[in-house]
Amino acid sequence: MTRHLTMDEADTRRRLDDMVQGTLGTPFDRPDGPLKVTGTAPYAAEWQSADLCHGVLVRAPVTKGRLKAISDEAVKALPGVLAVVSGEKMLRNPAQGMANEAPVQGSEDIVYFGQPVALVVAETFEQARHGAQALKLEIERDEDFAIDPNAVEPEVPEDKQSSTGDLDTAMRDAAHSIDAVYTTPAHSSASMEPHASIAEWDGDSLTLHGSYQMLKFNRNELADSLGIDPKNVRILSPYVGGGFGSKLGIAPEAIAAALAAKELGRPVSVSMTRQQVFETTMRRSETRQRIRLAAGADGKLTGIGHEALVSSLFDEGFTEPVTQATPFLYRGENRVIGNSVARLNRTCAGSVRAPGEAVGVTAFENAMDELAEKVGIDPVELRRINIPDEVPSQNIRFSSHKLAEALDEGAKAFGWDKRNAKPGAVRDGEWQIGMGMSSAFRVNLLIESEARVTLKADGTAEVETDMTDIGTGTYAVLTQIAAEMLGLPPENVTVRLGDTEYPPASGSGGSFGAASSGTSVFLACEEIRERIADAVGCTETDLTLKDGMAIAGNRSTPLTKVLDGQNFEAKGHVKPGEAQKKVRQATYGAYFAEVAVNSVTGETRVRRMTGAFAAGRILNAKTARSQCIGGMVWGIGMALTEDLVHDPRYGQIVNHDLAEYHVAVNADVPQIDVILLDERDDWANPLQAKGLGELGICGAAAAVTNAIYNATGVRVRDYPATLDKVLAGNT
Amino acid sequence: MQTELKINGDKHVLDLDSRTTLLDVLRHHIGLTGTKKGCDHGQCGACTVIVNGRRINSCLTLACMHDGDEITTIEGLGTPDDLNPLQAAFVAHDGFQCGYCTPGQICSATAMLKEAKAGWPSHVTEDMASTPDLTDAEISERMSGNLCRCSAYPNIVDAIREVARGGKE
Repeated sequence: MTRHLTMDEADTRRRLDDMVQGTLGTPFDRPDGPLKVTGTAPYAAEWQSADLCHGVLVRAPVTKGRLKAISDEAVKALPGVLAVVSGEKMLRNPAQGMANEAPVQGSEDIVYFGQPVALVVAETFEQARHGAQALKLEIERDEDFAIDPNAVEPEVPEDKQSSTGDLDTAMRDAAHSIDAVYTTPAHSSASMEPHASIAEWDGDSLTLHGSYQMLKFNRNELADSLGIDPKNVRILSPYVGGGFGSKLGIAPEAIAAALAAKELGRPVSVSMTRQQVFETTMRRSETRQRIRLAAGADGKLTGIGHEALVSSLFDEGFTEPVTQATPFLYRGENRVIGNSVARLNRTCAGSVRAPGEAVGVTAFENAMDELAEKVGIDPVELRRINIPDEVPSQNIRFSSHKLAEALDEGAKAFGWDKRNAKPGAVRDGEWQIGMGMSSAFRVNLLIESEARVTLKADGTAEVETDMTDIGTGTYAVLTQIAAEMLGLPPENVTVRLGDTEYPPASGSGGSFGAASSGTSVFLACEEIRERIADAVGCTETDLTLKDGMAIAGNRSTPLTKVLDGQNFEAKGHVKPGEAQKKVRQATYGAYFAEVAVNSVTGETRVRRMTGAFAAGRILNAKTARSQCIGGMVWGIGMALTEDLVHDPRYGQIVNHDLAEYHVAVNADVPQIDVILLDERDDWANPLQAKGLGELGICGAAAAVTNAIYNATGVRVRDYPATLDKVLAGNT
Repeated sequence: MQTELKINGDKHVLDLDSRTTLLDVLRHHIGLTGTKKGCDHGQCGACTVIVNGRRINSCLTLACMHDGDEITTIEGLGTPDDLNPLQAAFVAHDGFQCGYCTPGQICSATAMLKEAKAGWPSHVTEDMASTPDLTDAEISERMSGNLCRCSAYPNIVDAIREVARGGKE
């Protein structure tokens, strides 16, 4: 039996609050933890096979051109080399998230530096690497390329522009106004596990051990790229070494491995080098954002302008949705919101953790800090008085809105009242000390998802879905949801993920994974509860399940007895519906940071950081906290060090490794306080839970740069706030 | 090249391509895939193993240079059913998310605790002559060769601090 739900209305039953097992929401340890800390969880490239051979991708060392020929005779003669694969099926770049079809294919047309154009396969990795380095490509260069987003005429898509009221007049009449330009550089996901695939054919059927986030889409993308029936494709991704958007869509190494494995009749393993990960998987676009704020003497906003320029590769539908959250952030009836895109010969732009808000809210929260100073009002208070009652100019209610509580709780925990509002006023030896804050906003989504739950005759349960756990805690939270609903100790629940043989899930992305796949598990469990209730002779709502006992009225029966040798199996299936249109669903939060800026060197150290977040029901206090910490640390990286540098002459990524692209390291990060507010969002889903994987980065960097301003009086509007930029203004 | 390696107490005699790194021997030739390849350039620390008692990046060294060496990998520290104290502390404090950098973090921390006990100073040690206290700043500094993009750093520090102080806090 399958229980279906289309989310058209609020679910005010709050069934999970009626459950008594007491595991949901607790800081339950990840069930996958013992495998991960012992190195026994198998990631994509780690599947063992006796006749496995290895492939290494070959990149085009030009920005634009035509691959005329590959001289592969010499390479094929090298010891151990088995094949050189190229041609029209190779991927130009990865598929975008939820593409569900092949991305642009073909190795002949080269449109960005580093584009993978061939694969050399050999018996050993060393032989394949040597062959890849020795392969001669005959390329006709095309010098007519575009690499500077400010030097081309951008596309201005009509559906990405909106205007309400009269912003120009509002700006003219404003008691206080801000009109400033902020820029953020390109970023890389840089997940720790490089993209990797092992492809293995059995006749016409392909099995791919891959590192992917969204398997039901990846299966169709893979099949479409190869021209085969999706039924003949199985993808396994039980463990994924980080994704952050870079593994949403099928990537070049998977197709190359599949083509080579078919040709050779042997399993082929292809891992990207770290440099290839930087060059040929998605980057976050750089942005140029003009932000205008018009406010009355009291600081209440009357107008908002947010216009962004981003870039992307030719023929790509995705553009960084910088202004995605802007329509509902704050008050202000006069608005101009727009997004433009420059088409460039740069590595493909796509989703990187919190596309849109990560950079859009960050710049906006810098502008709010500037406005607070002009108005002469506390930055927390400026946010509070500008919280709208409904989505401005759309007459849509909020499903729930806890920004005010997040601001208050965060400020209290951090000790915001001790901040000296005057920039440059606090010193600690040669260090200048400052405090800054910002708000967090992120849209909330529900994506179609299915799961199968089996309550077995022995009183244990199994959950199966092709959902992935990319570090997000899926194994933990799905265990807890099933355990809570079925009244089982969590150790009696086994969750199996990452296999397209299981029911198709939402996948991990856009912060919707836990709530979407969790709802499908919830629905399957509701169905099983009905069957148990039938068996013990009560209604489902009168049934209590705890520690393997079914309790109805004053009768308590062991589940094993109720099951009487049978398995109860059910599927749950949830689809988004009208609820996403009837109300504005989003998550909210507030960040507070204290920095020390060295007055001699310009170095910024984050001394402490607090984040308060509201994301509906918290499913696991431990993994939720970790997600928030992760996001805030990305905020520190964005604020201070992360900068994917494109060479101004040829457009290639200059810092294409982990030595030169500076993600935050342990010593960059202080202890971080996370406050998770108690909330139920009935419009989101029957769990009343919302997404949390991205909220931690949606404005976090602004708290740091606003703190730098408070410490030094230096406004860095061009991210990241490196030493040179801070020193230059700090006289 | 014939090379003899003692890995987690077991002797392995291997005939290796001289270009093979210690990391690739572990992953491709012996099937010990707990040691991870994150960058292959000594920049991320995911491949950290302990060679003759010291932590090194196994991607930056050729296997044939380690003839006769004693190598400890993550598989040599504990099993899922019998975690060692650091492994258990990483689980309890959620010192990881995706888990890919974790074996390297734990091998690195294992050797780091011995370095600190032996009185080795770090960049943040103020008194170079005394045995350093493992403050949070010391732990963070000494663990900064191991990147974690999920950014579990505060939890990693919590886990290591607990073990350094001899048990649960």
